[in-house]
Amino acid sequence: MKMINKKVASVFLVGILTVGLFAGCDKAADNQTGEEYLSIVGSTSVTPVVTKLADAYMAKNDGVKIDVQGIGSSAGVKAAYDKSADVGMSSRNLKEEEKQWGLTETIIAYDGIAVSVHPSNATAKLTTDQVKDVFEGTITNWSEIGGKDEEIIVVSREDGSGTRGAFEGLVGLVAKDADGNKYSTLVEDALIADGNGAVKANIASKENAIGYLSFSYLDESVKTLSINDVKPLVGNIENGTYEISRPFLLLTNDAITNLANDFIEYILSDEGQSIVAEKLITVK
Amino acid sequence: MIKLLLRNSKEKIIYGLIISSALITMGILFWIFIFIVMNGMPHLNLQFIFSNYSGEETGIFPMIINTLMVIGITIIIAVPIGISTAIYLVEYAKNGRVVNVIRFSVELLAGIPSIIYGLFGMVFFVTILNFNWSILSGTLTLSIMILPTIIRTTEEALISVPKEYREGSLSLGASKIRTIMKVVLPSAQSGILTGIILGMGRISGETAAIYLTAGMVPRIARGILESGRTLSVHMYLLAKEGISFEEAYATATILLLLTLILNIMAKILSRNQES
Amino acid sequence: MNIENETLKKKLISKNRMAENIFSKIFFLSALISIMSLIVIIVFVFAKGVPAILEIGLMDFVFGKLWRPSSNDFGILPMILGSIYATIGALLIGVPIGILTAVYISEIATKKIRRIIIPMVELLAGIPSVIYGFFGLIVIIPLIDKGFDNGGNSLLAAMIILGIMILPTIINISDASLRAVPKEYRENSLALGASKIQTIFGVVLPAAKSGVLTAVVLGLGRAIGETMAVILVAGNSPQIPNSIFDRFRSMTANIAIEMGYAFGLHQEALFATGVVLFVFIIILNLGLNLFIRKVGD
Repeated sequence: MKMINKKVASVFLVGILTVGLFAGCDKAADNQTGEEYLSIVGSTSVTPVVTKLADAYMAKNDGVKIDVQGIGSSAGVKAAYDKSADVGMSSRNLKEEEKQWGLTETIIAYDGIAVSVHPSNATAKLTTDQVKDVFEGTITNWSEIGGKDEEIIVVSREDGSGTRGAFEGLVGLVAKDADGNKYSTLVEDALIADGNGAVKANIASKENAIGYLSFSYLDESVKTLSINDVKPLVGNIENGTYEISRPFLLLTNDAITNLANDFIEYILSDEGQSIVAEKLITVK
Repeated sequence: MIKLLLRNSKEKIIYGLIISSALITMGILFWIFIFIVMNGMPHLNLQFIFSNYSGEETGIFPMIINTLMVIGITIIIAVPIGISTAIYLVEYAKNGRVVNVIRFSVELLAGIPSIIYGLFGMVFFVTILNFNWSILSGTLTLSIMILPTIIRTTEEALISVPKEYREGSLSLGASKIRTIMKVVLPSAQSGILTGIILGMGRISGETAAIYLTAGMVPRIARGILESGRTLSVHMYLLAKEGISFEEAYATATILLLLTLILNIMAKILSRNQES
Repeated sequence: MNIENETLKKKLISKNRMAENIFSKIFFLSALISIMSLIVIIVFVFAKGVPAILEIGLMDFVFGKLWRPSSNDFGILPMILGSIYATIGALLIGVPIGILTAVYISEIATKKIRRIIIPMVELLAGIPSVIYGFFGLIVIIPLIDKGFDNGGNSLLAAMIILGIMILPTIINISDASLRAVPKEYRENSLALGASKIQTIFGVVLPAAKSGVLTAVVLGLGRAIGETMAVILVAGNSPQIPNSIFDRFRSMTANIAIEMGYAFGLHQEALFATGVVLFVFIIILNLGLNLFIRKVGD
């Protein structure tokens, strides 16, 4: 019986510790109530650059806490609209329906979308038409576009993604049905990955995969393709030769806080734009 | 000895299938554990466990704290309700329609997939009650989810308390409530604690429900109305986005070790109950 | 003094009664929380989902083959079939292995082995589903990709992972019901000259059939409701899979992937997906209850 009590006591101890931790955290919160807080939600493409900007801004301003969560553009538009976040991020322009919600749009950068493959892939370039055919499923084998005799695995973002919307619009993966409604013509068996990171992980781990990524996610784990002989580089977007690009938007509602205002001003300042310039195109 | 009882080759084949099934089950467990722990251990160090997840830092400390917080609060909410329900069912209720409805509800609650809990939590706690994505929304959702586990294990523990204990206490003049508090519950405590620990395991491993209700901010939540990412959600994001396999293996190792510790605790307690 | 004592006693008793009353009320109210929670969950999920089903049209929703929310096509047949196929596959893998393992534990293993193997099965049950998903992503998918050159994410991958995940459920419950079969059954069968194997499959398993069936149904429930592990290995293409090597999307994955940003009819359609899933679960539970009542033990 004594043995039991000891063990029971130890279990209780763990429980109390857990509770104590929680209580401790709660107290910590009380001490910091003077802190200003900003929540930013939306596009996974916009998240990396805004996270960097937020880190720099927090380093300069004491007592400011900024949370940046990447979920998707539509989530950002919705969060700004229903005020579940202070600021929304979108990597596509607003739809007709969303425009009527009275959100303020601020363009903070321009971004390119790079068609990307596994580093071992021999293919180096495609034309816009070839890209369209691959993503629509008319070209299904790498040998048709100068690669090995292997089936192409198309990787795409989820329906509602800003990157997908922009990419489909720019490449022409859209058709109209009898009623005049637009729909996506992406091949049905495309592997769907939610988030730029997930697309990159899939391309990096599958030799026969092809997908599209925001410039801010590019690194050596994937290989980018030239489109119409133009390399996907920031400079080529600036000079207008690389055409697959779109704006990054921050969205605010009528309840905008001073902190949100100040943060957006900081992003548009020279200092903020120099951070943007590391991977993206600045607003001129 | 058993082999002698096998009569023909057909029986030998069946016997072989039984043995290999058991071996497959064990093999899978070992495969998962060894594969993840072997790959995770080299990246597991104090810095990884105790540093933040921001900028250059890739630690999991905030996720550990958030997980402990979620476990603690969920247990605080669910355990009193669960134990009271079990006491009602075992000590008070007479078999009737109400009891049947309660039992059916508990059974159905246990069968609801966690994603449905997530959906419900998102519309009810996050949106309608306006708790936003927060520890509060997450823990309230999880509390309902683990209620069946707590209720069932407590019920079993209460039922296994011998009738004589209750009769003895009552005949000494103790009231019913006193009997329950001083005699029945203490005798059932290791069974009840086992249930609580199993519940803790379920909470720490949950992803779908908490991801839709508590959000994914990778920082220590400084209050129950702030969003906070738990270890399992972190694990999911690391796996999905392939950000870093080293981090993913190390986080998976932590989660597995947590599971192992909780299981061992539950085992020790239930051994006590048996003896 | 005697009188005083009496009143004191009475007071004490009435105080006790009050406490008794208060506590029994608290216990009763706690017990009602489960019912209330269930009702609130059903009401809110259905209230959000059913209007969408009506707006889209029940037939178009359940039997529609196209899921393209941004152009208002909300057909979830691919997801319904995906979930059903994956679950069937999981059962094909998990049920035989699970039941045979349970047979081993309860009928063949020595006490010593049993004491090692049961905690291991419990540990398997405790592993978070996201770990199973990660394991699938990092081990099973490359294996399938190597063998069949399809990228790896597929119905087959989900079947294997789900098959593993339902093992502990099936083993635990089957084992418990096998052990509940009275010893005399086995002794009589052996005494009549049946072999050990004949006894297990001719007498013990049939005697435990309602328990084993419960195990299978609960495993089925776990497989059809699993979310995170499936998302990580399924590939999530909203298409009807033609073979086990095709990518697919389950109902649960459909909800989890798009819930973050969906709004308006799209969001309601995801709740409606939840409603369909819920209906599956309720039918399973009711069916099991009916069956057990019919078998009658």
